[in-house]
Parts: sequence; structure tokens; C-alpha cells
Amino acid sequence: MSKFSAITGNGAIAEAMRQISPDVVAAFPITPSTQIIEDFAKFAADGKVDTELITVESEHSAMSACLGASVAGGRVMTATSANGLALMWEMLYVASGMRQPILVAVVNRALSAPINIHCDHNDSMGARDAGWIQIYAENNQEAYDNMLMAPVITEHADVRLPLMVCLDGFIISHSIETMQLEDDSKVKDFVGEHTAYHALLDTDNPSTWGSLDLHDYYIEHKKGQQVAMENVIPVVEEVSERFYQEFGRKYELFESYCLDDAERVVIAINSVAGELKEVIDEVRDAGEKVGLLKIRLFRPFPYAEIAAALKNCKIVTVLDRSTSMGAYGPLFVEICSALYDADPRPMLYSRTFGLGGRELLLNDIRDLFEESKRYLDEGKIEKRSYFLNVRGG
Amino acid sequence: MPTLQEMAKKKAAFSSGHRLCAGCPAPIFTKMLTRVSDYDIVVGSATGCLEVGSSIFPYSAWNVPWIHTAFENAAATVSGIAAMAKVQAKKKPTAKKIKCVAIGGDGGTYDIGIQALSAAMERGHDLLYICYDNGAYMNTGIQRSGATPLGAATTTTPVGTVISGKQQQRKDLSRIMVAHHVEYVAQASIHNPIDLSNKIKKGIELDGPAFLNILAPCIPGWRINPDMAVESASLAVETRFWPLYEVEGGSYKVNYKPKQNKPITDWLFTQGRFRHLKNPQWAHMIEEFQSRIDEQWEWLLGQEKGV
Ligand SMILES: Cc1ncc(C[n+]2csc(CCOP(=O)(O)OP(=O)(O)O)c2C)c(N)n1
Ligand code: SF4
Ligand SMILES: [Mg+2]
Repeated sequence: MSKFSAITGNGAIAEAMRQISPDVVAAFPITPSTQIIEDFAKFAADGKVDTELITVESEHSAMSACLGASVAGGRVMTATSANGLALMWEMLYVASGMRQPILVAVVNRALSAPINIHCDHNDSMGARDAGWIQIYAENNQEAYDNMLMAPVITEHADVRLPLMVCLDGFIISHSIETMQLEDDSKVKDFVGEHTAYHALLDTDNPSTWGSLDLHDYYIEHKKGQQVAMENVIPVVEEVSERFYQEFGRKYELFESYCLDDAERVVIAINSVAGELKEVIDEVRDAGEKVGLLKIRLFRPFPYAEIAAALKNCKIVTVLDRSTSMGAYGPLFVEICSALYDADPRPMLYSRTFGLGGRELLLNDIRDLFEESKRYLDEGKIEKRSYFLNVRGG
Repeated sequence: MPTLQEMAKKKAAFSSGHRLCAGCPAPIFTKMLTRVSDYDIVVGSATGCLEVGSSIFPYSAWNVPWIHTAFENAAATVSGIAAMAKVQAKKKPTAKKIKCVAIGGDGGTYDIGIQALSAAMERGHDLLYICYDNGAYMNTGIQRSGATPLGAATTTTPVGTVISGKQQQRKDLSRIMVAHHVEYVAQASIHNPIDLSNKIKKGIELDGPAFLNILAPCIPGWRINPDMAVESASLAVETRFWPLYEVEGGSYKVNYKPKQNKPITDWLFTQGRFRHLKNPQWAHMIEEFQSRIDEQWEWLLGQEKGV
């Protein structure tokens, strides 16, 4: 039976993992994702999953063991944050290069130094070139739903790529929200059986994996990966539609909130969308045409679809919760690329916020909308990019 | 145990046509993997000469399922495979039992991979980890490792006027593995096929973690002729640089005791990498080398006697 439950984001991810009951989970604790592994270990201890849980000694080994188990023929998952994801970095590329549908719940947290356990997106954004699908979630429900859709997306024959389900550390991972947990057997049916390709354990048909691949083939294999990434967009649409049919919650490549007629648009990722929506409602009540485009799929990036959704808007504020030191934030760069061919092209600027968990309050967001109004009225962007809500800012 | 003749009739895990150097002894043990035992095996290799020389796409020298993912993580990768083999056995109890073998060079095992190795051994997966110790990072062009013997010239411990060759003694990884209290730890050498195949067989067939450290001379790294690998390995055992022993359930057994104690120089001076040590300036290094060997040998015999 589907039921409403009050549960943390981490708890919801662990529930999804229990329901999917992967063959192998290899994991290592790190705040704020630790609870996922702890909850899952308890499920294993109580016989509620058939999973082999490998309690590895590092995240590098977590990803390596996931990779071994996946190539061996299993459905595998793990969870991590920040430094843990950074330690996996080498193996992230190997996982995607080997086209393994491995799943990682990334509970977004700031990277050291200075050490900080709170939310920002530098960890997963740092992995944006690693060949992984990245899906972001605003709240507990979305994080859970994305976990259920993830195996179906990654294991699709046209895709076969690893996937990160990203959610905000503490803000989502540790907040209790009331959300809908679906029925175990319905989830099992939705996710389906795992099919392995050239499983290493098929000793009758021995396969070689991880060859040395030099200049006469490497680029073709990389192109194959790129094509698989491009295939992800229709697959995400298809799986989201099936999810909607099955469970009644609708997801698109990105969420459009008051977007159709919006002149002034904010683009953001994850939990801050909740606050943005609240302020947008207020500003709309005052008669202003403001809206939100909330990113869901960041890799692959739906350039054309986002450009089409923004065709009526006049000014775009991009909120990045991560930095690329010495360059614009990763989301801003993508939005610029998406809008390069737009005619007319909206005014565009970037704001960085929330690093290391710094809050963005409703008043800060109200100020943002006032600023975009001023820029639009004056027809000029005074400051292309700066950090919001920062001392000396 | 099958005889060597019987073994030779079985299909080898590793085929010719690989691109290891002429005279490289690594295939001696890789071929045995399928010949010593009737189990189906799956192999995971660390980055290194053997991996590079056996898998240049689109060719493969491996007749068994084989995977390479990175340098420092053969033990972790194979842990994942072993876990999945366990899942499969649970799902299909009638399926053939599969045994997992991880292989790393000394760099991938003593150094960058020791964390993953230690943890895999502690977790107790059913796998055999084989280290083929050629005493340096050969694949990247002969740099020193934690297994490089004292005094050896490598490209990162070159012969100079004030420093000559590696200044440190090698670490004793086999003893570190014994300290993990795993089922089986052994040292073997590529020159003694009976001892080697016995040990590979034991390591594969027992249920649980096992570690086998194989001395595998390297032609360019040791600066020996391509026909010298077997002889050089044999001398390493005769001079007691590389004792052949095994530790089963905590009990030591020394598998071969040389009749006479040959001086270490018998081994050192047949290799170009130690040639500079003939200069009397470095005589103290030879003394240091010899005394460590004598000490270790006595210690080992003591362990065997249980003292
Ligand atoms: C993380 C990482 N660092 C460095 C390297 C470069 N590298 C590849 S193989 C190798 C040395 C291998 O030495 P060893 O394990 O002793 O194997 P051998 O080649 O001697 O057989 C090194 C340094 C790498 N592949 N990955
Ligand atoms: S360099 Fe040494 S270890 Fe590498 S293939 Fe040649 S002989 Fe073998
Ligand atoms: Mg080596």
C-alpha cells in the first residue's frame, strides 16, 4: 500500500533502496549521507533486502567494488557526499567509460577546504564532466521518486550509463517531510528486473573489460558514450511519463513554475526552489510576471528544451550554488550556451549563493526580484556576477 | 594435484600473442590459473605491465573473464565481483561455483593498493590476491616501489655520486598479510612450477581470502638478459632473498631450504640494477642487505618451529 509518511530525505532514499533491493551496495559513511548507509545496513541485518552490503574502507573502493559488482552482472548502488565523491573521482570516469548503470545518491555538501559539512553543489558539479547522468531534486518526495526512476533510466538499452541522484545536504537529507512512499510490489514492478550485458560471471562466454584502448579506438568509444548521453533525454521523458501513469506525480526534464508568460525568470537547482516559489507567488500577486525554471536533469543538459521554455522571457537570473573559481558558475555557463541562439536573447546574469550552507532567506529572494526589475527597466546589467549574502559582498 | 604434464593439456587462462617483453615471466603464473584447478575463475588486474601487455584493444590474451578498472583498486574491484558471485550463488544454487582472483604488481599492491588490499582481506571475501613482485613500477619505466630492494638503481633512485640506488630496505608485505590472519599467505617464485602451482591451487580453492606473493624478475628492470628470468628467480631463492614459504591457519612452513647459504652478491651481481654496488664505496649497503636477509631467514625458521 502506498502511504504518506513523515521521513527525512536520507530515510526516503534508503527506503527506495530497500524497495529496489539491489544486488550489491558498497558504501562508506560521510556526513550528510551517512544515514542512508546506516538505514540500509539495518535493512540488510533484518533480512529486508537480498543485497550483499560491502562495508568498504573508502569511497574509492566503494566505487571500485560497485564497478566490479556491476560488470559481474549485478544492480548496484551507493551513496556519498562531498569529499567522498571527490575520492571516487577517478572511478567515476571508469564507471561511465565502462557504461555501467551504477547509481549514486549524492547528498550535496561543500568541499574542503575549509572543511564544512553543509550544503552546496560543488561536489556533484565537480563531477559534471564525468559522464554520469545527474538528476536533482527539490525535496524528499522528488529525491525518492528520482531514485525509483533511476534504475529504469540507467539500465535502458540505449543508455547504460551511471547516474547520480542529487539532493541537498541537511536541508533535504535531514529534514522530515510528509511524503508518499509507494507500495513495495508496485515499485518492484516499475523498476523491473536487472539485465546484465556481457556479465563477467558468465564464465562460458569470457569477456575482457577495461582494455588498454589507444589512439586507434579510444575516440570511437568516447563518441559512443556521448551518443548514449544524448539518448538520455527521450528516455528520461519516457520513464517520467511511465512514472506519472503509475504513481501520478508528473516530472519533466525541468520544472516550469509560472514560466509561460514570465518576463523575469530565475533558474535554480534543488531545495532553494521551494523558497523561490513562495516569493514568486507573492510577486505574482503584485501583478509582476516572474517565474522559475527549476533544473532537474543537469547531465545531459537539455539545451534546446530550456531555450524553448525561455523564449518569452526578457531577463534571466541564474542562481549557482557552486563555483568554478575564476569563471562563471556551472549552471550559468550552460544557460548562456542554451540561449546563445535565442532571438531575441534575454538579458542574463549570474548570482552565486549558499556555499557551505549559507542561507538564502525570503528577503534575499525578494531583493533578487527587485534587482531584476531594475535591470530590466534600465535595460542594463550592472553586475554580471557576484556572491549573494556574503560579508563584504 | 595434477602433474605438470596433465596441467599442460588444459587450456591456459592466458594465451600467447600478448605484448609483454620477450622473456617476461608473468605468463608463467597467469597460464596456471585455469590449469591448477577445475573451478571457473574470474580475474581482475591492477594497472601495470601485465594489464597493459595483455589487453590492447581489440585483442585480449585472457581466455577467462577479466577486468581492469584502475591501479590501486584490484582488491576492491574483485571484492565487488566476489560479492556478486555470492549473490548469484544464492539466486541459483545449482550454478557453477566461481572463484575470484585479483592480480597486482608490487606497485599496485605494496604501495598504492595496500589500503584496498588490507580492507578486502579484513572483510574476508572469497578471493585470491596475487602480487607479482618485480621490485619496481616497471610499466611506467622502472621507478622505485616499497618492494624495491636496497641499493637497486631505478629511474627515481638513480646511481649518483653521493647517493646510489634505493636507500631503504623493502617492506615485507607477506608478513603484513599474515597479520591479517587470513586463511592462507604464501611466497612463491616463477622458477619453481610445482611449488607455484600448488600454492595457486590452494589459494583458489579455499573458501575465504588468500594472498600469494610471487617473485617475477623483470628483464629491463633488473637489467638481465631475456633468457635469465628463471635463473634469476632461482638465485633469489637460493640466496634467501625470497624465501618460499606458506602460512596456513597461522602455521608457517618453509617450503625450500637452500643447502648452503649463498652470499647475496651471487644474486645481486648478475643484475645490472645492482652493478654499481661493486664499487667499494657502497660496501656498507651490501652488508646491510646481507644482514637483513640473515635476520629474516632466522626469524622465518623460528616461526616454523613455533618459537
Ligand atoms: C592512480 C594512478 N597513478 C599512477 C598511474 C601510473 N602507473 C601505471 S602502472 C604504474 C606502475 C605499475 O607498477 P607495478 O604495480 O609494480 O606493476 P608492473 O608494471 O611493475 O608490473 C604506474 C605508476 C596510474 N595508472 N594510476
Ligand atoms: S617490463 Fe618487465 S614486467 Fe614489464 S613486460 Fe617487460 S619484463 Fe615483464
Ligand atoms: Mg612492479
